[in-house]
Amino acid sequence: MAISLKLNGKDQTVEAEPGTPLLWVIRDELKMTGTKFGCGVASCGACTVHLNGQPVRSCQTYIEDVEGAEITTIEAMEDTKIGGAVQQAWVELDVVQCGYCQSGQIMSAVGLLSENPKPTAQEIDDYMWGNACRCATYQRIRAGIQRAADILEA
Amino acid sequence: MTLDTSRRAFLAGAAAVGTALVVGIRPDGALAANADTMLNPFVRITPDGQVTAIVKHFEMGQGPVTGLTTLIAEELGLTMDQIDYDFAPSNPEVYANMLLGPIQGTGGSTAMANAYAQYRQAGAAAREMLIAAAAETWGVDAGTLKIEDGMVTGAGNSAPLAAFVAKAATLDAPAVPRLKDPSEFRLIGNADVRRLDSAAKGNGTAMYGMDLHLPDQMVTMIARPEQQRATVVSFDDSAAREIKGFISAATLPNHTGVAVFAEHTWAAMRARDALDVTWDTSSAETRSSDEIEAEIRAALEAEPAYNVNKTDAAATQAALDGAAQVVEETFYFPLLAHAPMEPLNCTIEATADGGILMHDAAQIPTLPHSAMAQIFDLPMEKIQIKTMLAGGSFGRRATPEADYQVEAALAFATTDRTRPVKLVWSREDDLRSGYFRPAFGHKVRVGLDEAGNIVGWDHRIAGQSIMKGTPFEQFLVHDGVDHSSVEGASDTPYQIPGAHFGLTDTEKATSTLWWRSVGHTHTAYVMETMMDKAAKAAGVDPVDYRLQYLTGDGVDQQRKAGVLRLAAEKAGWGNAPAGHTQGIAVHKSFASYVAEVVEISGNAEDGVKIEKVTCAVDCGLAVNPDVIKAQMEGGIGYGIGHNMRDKITLTGGVVDQFNFPDYEPLRISDIGAIDVHIVPSAEPPTGVGEPGTPPAAAALANAIAAASDVRIGALPLADNGISFA
Repeated sequence: MAISLKLNGKDQTVEAEPGTPLLWVIRDELKMTGTKFGCGVASCGACTVHLNGQPVRSCQTYIEDVEGAEITTIEAMEDTKIGGAVQQAWVELDVVQCGYCQSGQIMSAVGLLSENPKPTAQEIDDYMWGNACRCATYQRIRAGIQRAADILEA
Repeated sequence: MTLDTSRRAFLAGAAAVGTALVVGIRPDGALAANADTMLNPFVRITPDGQVTAIVKHFEMGQGPVTGLTTLIAEELGLTMDQIDYDFAPSNPEVYANMLLGPIQGTGGSTAMANAYAQYRQAGAAAREMLIAAAAETWGVDAGTLKIEDGMVTGAGNSAPLAAFVAKAATLDAPAVPRLKDPSEFRLIGNADVRRLDSAAKGNGTAMYGMDLHLPDQMVTMIARPEQQRATVVSFDDSAAREIKGFISAATLPNHTGVAVFAEHTWAAMRARDALDVTWDTSSAETRSSDEIEAEIRAALEAEPAYNVNKTDAAATQAALDGAAQVVEETFYFPLLAHAPMEPLNCTIEATADGGILMHDAAQIPTLPHSAMAQIFDLPMEKIQIKTMLAGGSFGRRATPEADYQVEAALAFATTDRTRPVKLVWSREDDLRSGYFRPAFGHKVRVGLDEAGNIVGWDHRIAGQSIMKGTPFEQFLVHDGVDHSSVEGASDTPYQIPGAHFGLTDTEKATSTLWWRSVGHTHTAYVMETMMDKAAKAAGVDPVDYRLQYLTGDGVDQQRKAGVLRLAAEKAGWGNAPAGHTQGIAVHKSFASYVAEVVEISGNAEDGVKIEKVTCAVDCGLAVNPDVIKAQMEGGIGYGIGHNMRDKITLTGGVVDQFNFPDYEPLRISDIGAIDVHIVPSAEPPTGVGEPGTPPAAAALANAIAAASDVRIGALPLADNGISFA
């Protein structure tokens, strides 16, 4: 089936079978590989993208459900105010290790800061709980979000 | 910078070598410049002056890309943004790990330790050649020139490196280049040096193996048996044929599985699910984890097969018999999966010259390199490995059998070899397909005299050897003892009187594999919870008690005591806030010393929350202090996360866990702040990727014991009724 959607501000029509996760359309069909496959069951958050501005797990979001939707991926974050601030903070603090989960971490962090410009450590933990990092970069993720909040406030 | 590891960039980079100044070290150890046909470079400088460090270790997040590049930049007088990096090709003769033997590979926390001198020499040689070229060009004495921030300056002149690359390329490499004195360091030891891979990993441009899309590639997934060693009898792919994007299916030549080929990943996943495979389970594994545990526990009650240190068992027994009190504990450590964030993958394609090009984040490229040569019946030089970034590994991307690379090669071999084949694993494949941290048990009896001093320490270890039956056996098994089964216990720096260590191997039900910190994953927990228990029985503070066994002038004892004191001081040992309890552990592994204090609130009955971890590390000279801190933070999280609640179990030989919900990773809410302190040192750099892991769970268990007087011998902690807030 043909699906029309807006990806990172650009109108796209993609061809995919019903039931195909958005993740695999983004990665294999559109060849945008910043969005990662980690578990396929929405347990790790590596595949997080924004659907109409809200973070969702693209491995459990089906292509037929996103007709006409606006999808934003990590590749477009540097063009957004909050995304740019989070990425700047991530580099300042060297949050990443292997880095494989970090696209998803950043997409969730941007979702958090969009709702809550000054989250406490507890609010960060509550919101970011579903984004696993096997390298355990968690304290830098926490610090990175708080640093991004400061950048945005300045 | 961005990490462009696309094929085009790779070929362009390779082509540039012919006109560039390249400096490396020949297999005989002599420095060589590019006129030497034996040359294989660590440093490449193109005519436009761009410097590239050739990194011989793979990057799984532990930082060698930044670390090895720092060494070159330091000696060459560059800032970190004036240097790029590229991964070395697979060539064990040139890029061998000096500490692992005649193989190219990353492991045992050796990257910096083995590269430190080598990369500095290569950078220093390049510096001296460029300066010699400049001196000749300007007609001045080389001694008046230096390179600073990428500019050659002195004697009233100043010019960028590009001005001298062509001339320098014609010079002989100096035999013994002058290395900078530590007082001249600007990058080594500088905590402000940032990772080179941060930006690309934060904006989606970093390329992992999973991200490869070669033109015309097929994706393959393998239908594997649920029980190890079952084999394919036949398969029916009629349902798979209905799936759009399905191409074909084929039994792997060794009958270990059925490869499903598809145009894209989702079709491969669906087609594999639709496949109906008939398995021969007559030789398959049928044991359950309960049986594995029973065998190990029984072995602990029997006379050990090996006397590890050839010590007098009767003397130890006599000491225990005469002790005022004996504290004892039996421990059990379950199978654990590595579960790196990036599921395993490997891509193979044929090259125009009849060779094979493998795209892989290979941890020990020499192993798959040799395997490819055998499978395709090609000489080693016809096999190329393009090293990708690894989304974690923790040991999983290095197996003695090169398991997943062989799988990819066998799948490729069933095709007509005209299309690249990309093997993709799912998370379920990762958790269910064998290769685990082996199960181990320990039984320890510690005899104390009236004053609480140790008079005897009887320590039995039983478990599944990692090295036996692999090519590593010849190096790491001596007199029957697999060193990786006892490391961290029988070679402890503690000066323990009357110590006796016994080892018994038990049967393997699944493939055993090194897992971040290898034997130390269990030995550190045992040594450090037993020391704590002995201290409690003696009525002595746990820090003071440990220090009693780290006296004298021995370097091992002094350094171990040093981190213990530093961690205690920085954690405010003994002065935890009201409602908080501390536990401490200290351990030497991979030539580094790490002490950790875990501070918790709550207790075993009501739930435990990890409020704070304080860590002290002595890893010799700290090349990239912030990378070291990050490795301690991550190593602590890895150790604590698994031991809190994870285990792999088998029922009838079949793994019970499927995906992360059943093998719950450490989450951000599980752990508070981690505060790392590095001991200043001028000693040669030692490992940091693994040493943070071993003490972490022991320190947590000791904190729980301090809060609730509950000693936990069987991991994970959660199996003992402990919940974590």
